Amino acid sequence: MRKLLIWAPLVLFLAFVGLFASGLFQPDDRVIHSRLVGQSLPAFTLPAAASDRPALASTQLATGKPRLLNIFASWCVPCAAEAPQLMALKQAGVDIDAIAIRDARPDVDAFLRRNGNPYARIGLDARSGVQMALGSSGVPETFIIDGKGRIAYQHIGDIRADDVPMILDRLKDAS
Amino acid sequence: MKLILALFLALMAVPVAAQTALPPAPWADRQIPDAAQERKAKALMETIRCLTCQSQSIADSGASMAGDMRSEIRERIMQGEQPEAIRSWLISRYGDWVSYEPTAAPILWPLWAAPLLLLGLGLLLLRGRIRRKGQK
Repeated sequence: MRKLLIWAPLVLFLAFVGLFASGLFQPDDRVIHSRLVGQSLPAFTLPAAASDRPALASTQLATGKPRLLNIFASWCVPCAAEAPQLMALKQAGVDIDAIAIRDARPDVDAFLRRNGNPYARIGLDARSGVQMALGSSGVPETFIIDGKGRIAYQHIGDIRADDVPMILDRLKDAS
Repeated sequence: MKLILALFLALMAVPVAAQTALPPAPWADRQIPDAAQERKAKALMETIRCLTCQSQSIADSGASMAGDMRSEIRERIMQGEQPEAIRSWLISRYGDWVSYEPTAAPILWPLWAAPLLLLGLGLLLLRGRIRRKGQK
């Protein structure tokens, strides 16, 4: 017994080395997914963020047809990068609404003039309150809302060109 | 000279105007007047993790979203909401990840049991020592 016990510290040490090594070599996943995927959209009403688009309320997202809810901001660079993909989705017949985070109307107007405007409605979330209620942790993010107003999918980060077919598939699944 | 200076200043002002001049949320960096409420809010903010700077609490982080979260927490505390209710609201959005306070979830049982186990081990060792001394 005593002889075996002598090895315990070494075994413990090796176990720790193994633990740390696995932590070091495991790819780092820092993406925080919303816990609301699969649940209904929290209720909200937001004022209009742009001059030529109406305001947005959660009730307007349960229309019987799945649609996209894009979380963006005029100050966000990847949001400008995903603009062509959103435009392509719009041209494919997808309804897209948006929430602009910590933004101001003149900035949103300028952003839309520069990058195009694929949105039907844009709500202004000046203090990230709705973003928190959605469990969204950054910009850009895109939620697929099914016809009944449930969150079917959350896309974190910008939509790349090769994500577009996947988004279209998921929209089809959500209907 | 004055004209040149005015022109110079006008040109310098352009990059500033091109940025969003959105002020921080009203209660992001302002204390609640009621000290007891502020203590509650501060204690909660120190155990809520920032979503942008993931190894900081929102009390420490300068990220704009952390400011918005601080403001949200202070406003809710002022409306009389309990800190633990706000924590569970956040956990229902972001998962246990968002809170630094360990929960009673089964995966954490070893964590809660560790002090008892270590104490037990210590007592066992102590007993052995005392017995050996007694035999001498």
